[in-house]
Amino acid sequence: MRAAFFGLALTILALGLAATATGGPSTPSAIPGCAKGDLSLLKEGTLTIGGDNPSFPPFYGGAPKKPWKISNPYSGKGYESAVAYAVAKQLGFSKRDVVWTPLVWTASFRPGKKPFDIYLAQISYLPERAKNVDFSNSYLFLNQSVVANAGTPIANVKTVDGLRPYKLGVTIGTTAYDYVTRWVRPSQKPNVYDSQTDAVSALNSKQIDGIVVDFPSALYVTAVQLDDGVIVGKLPTRGPREHFGIVLQKGSPNLRCVNKAVNRLWANGTIKKLQKAWIAKTAPDLRWR
Amino acid sequence: MDRKDRARPPLALTGSRGSRILGTASPGGSGRRAVVVATISTLVFFGLIVLLVVNAAGWPDVKHAFFDRSIFEESFPEIARAFLVNVKIFLIAEVFILVFALFIAVLRGLPGPVFFPIRALATVYTDLFRGIPTILVIYILGFGVTALQLPGVPVSPLFWGAVALVLVYSAYVSEVYRAGIESVHPSQAAAARSLGLTHGQTLRFVVIPQAVRRVIPPLLNDFIGLQKDTALVALLGVVEAFRQSQIDVSATFNYTPYICTAILFIAITIPMARFTDWLIARDKRRQQAGRMA
Repeated sequence: MRAAFFGLALTILALGLAATATGGPSTPSAIPGCAKGDLSLLKEGTLTIGGDNPSFPPFYGGAPKKPWKISNPYSGKGYESAVAYAVAKQLGFSKRDVVWTPLVWTASFRPGKKPFDIYLAQISYLPERAKNVDFSNSYLFLNQSVVANAGTPIANVKTVDGLRPYKLGVTIGTTAYDYVTRWVRPSQKPNVYDSQTDAVSALNSKQIDGIVVDFPSALYVTAVQLDDGVIVGKLPTRGPREHFGIVLQKGSPNLRCVNKAVNRLWANGTIKKLQKAWIAKTAPDLRWR
Repeated sequence: MDRKDRARPPLALTGSRGSRILGTASPGGSGRRAVVVATISTLVFFGLIVLLVVNAAGWPDVKHAFFDRSIFEESFPEIARAFLVNVKIFLIAEVFILVFALFIAVLRGLPGPVFFPIRALATVYTDLFRGIPTILVIYILGFGVTALQLPGVPVSPLFWGAVALVLVYSAYVSEVYRAGIESVHPSQAAAARSLGLTHGQTLRFVVIPQAVRRVIPPLLNDFIGLQKDTALVALLGVVEAFRQSQIDVSATFNYTPYICTAILFIAITIPMARFTDWLIARDKRRQQAGRMA
């Protein structure tokens, strides 16, 4: 109930923001050479967007609607849904021109023709990955963070060094694994789970002490998946800032336009506003030592 | 000399005694001709398959995605180290499986109406654990039982993964044992009982030694199955070979690390399979020798 009111309030806020962001009655696509007709699309006139199912907050919102579980990407609610529609708008697609297709994220990088035009599922840019798919410019810079159950010893940790004695868990395919093994270097190897849900099960049955997960997802884990979860803290950035990118087919002719659209959303303040609307909460930063 | 050659064509190619890899020699044909024909047909057959794959439109993509040399070299050592976890799981689990399954098989064979509940229980056990997909048993034990927070019960995913495999494979293996026990001629047990041995002694000294010897090949078969299923323990968070390769795949968006894992599993299961073949062949030889004597 509380979540519903919260969602409603955010929606109104987001709608208001979206109205201001577009800046008046000018035609939707003002990017020269990047209108609907200029793009090479899976289905003419339609922007097919892939996303992982279940789609969950704060990246997606709204009531679940088949085949989507937990949330509904069509809602325009949630950060990724909102960004996707904003990008679509920049490229001249109306809301009706957008089709969402559920696709498990591991299939987003399989070889061969992709069943989507663009794909968003909190996929972090890595140079190695970029050899096999194209990434748009960042639509979200982020930190990894540590989640635990309140009252457990790890919940009081204030530094990265302080995490070392604990058994950590991560979800397969996340950059969290790399971060943990490379920078936290805990005394016990981290456990690696198929899904966030499995990691939460392991945390609840005390097989692990904490979960390392990207900060926006940590909001969901602590708010919904754990009964008594806390965000221990955000992990400091090491090396280039981690960011999510929109995935496109390697060598996609649309990359240039998608990048232009994303750049515009940064320049005109849309991205900042959407972040404020959907992932504004924060947590303490963990120091190195 | 000549007769012997004809009777025993090269083992690997004709397989009348050893492994049945490439077919059997026609009884009248010479060994050499069989080798030539087998070689040519093999080359043509695999040549055609290779041509088909390499000329496929998506081959460059697939080649890049699955057979990237530099990624292979980079990920192989770490996956090989993680493979030791698989080896550990299947070696430990196999010991428990062999003992526990025999126990179940003996329970199922208990005579007399008094033991009906025990026989029924053993039957339900094998039905249940052969019926439920292994992956679900692992999930239920690994995340279900541990969530009970029973005092003194370990929560280690490695432990529960191994327990799940022991439960599932014991169900299969107990059936193998039972088939072995039932294959021993009733006269053997009757003779033992007439000498004054108890039911237990008859099983221990007469029936089971013969039964186990007969079922060694199918036992090894299940052992190979177990080796591969150790990869399922990854579901509980254990970083074994398959999980390590998944980690590498998701870091690079390239599938080559899966090939590393496949090679490691093959490297351990193929010798096992050939060993099984050899055991079968040896057994057959011995039986035939026994008939002659």
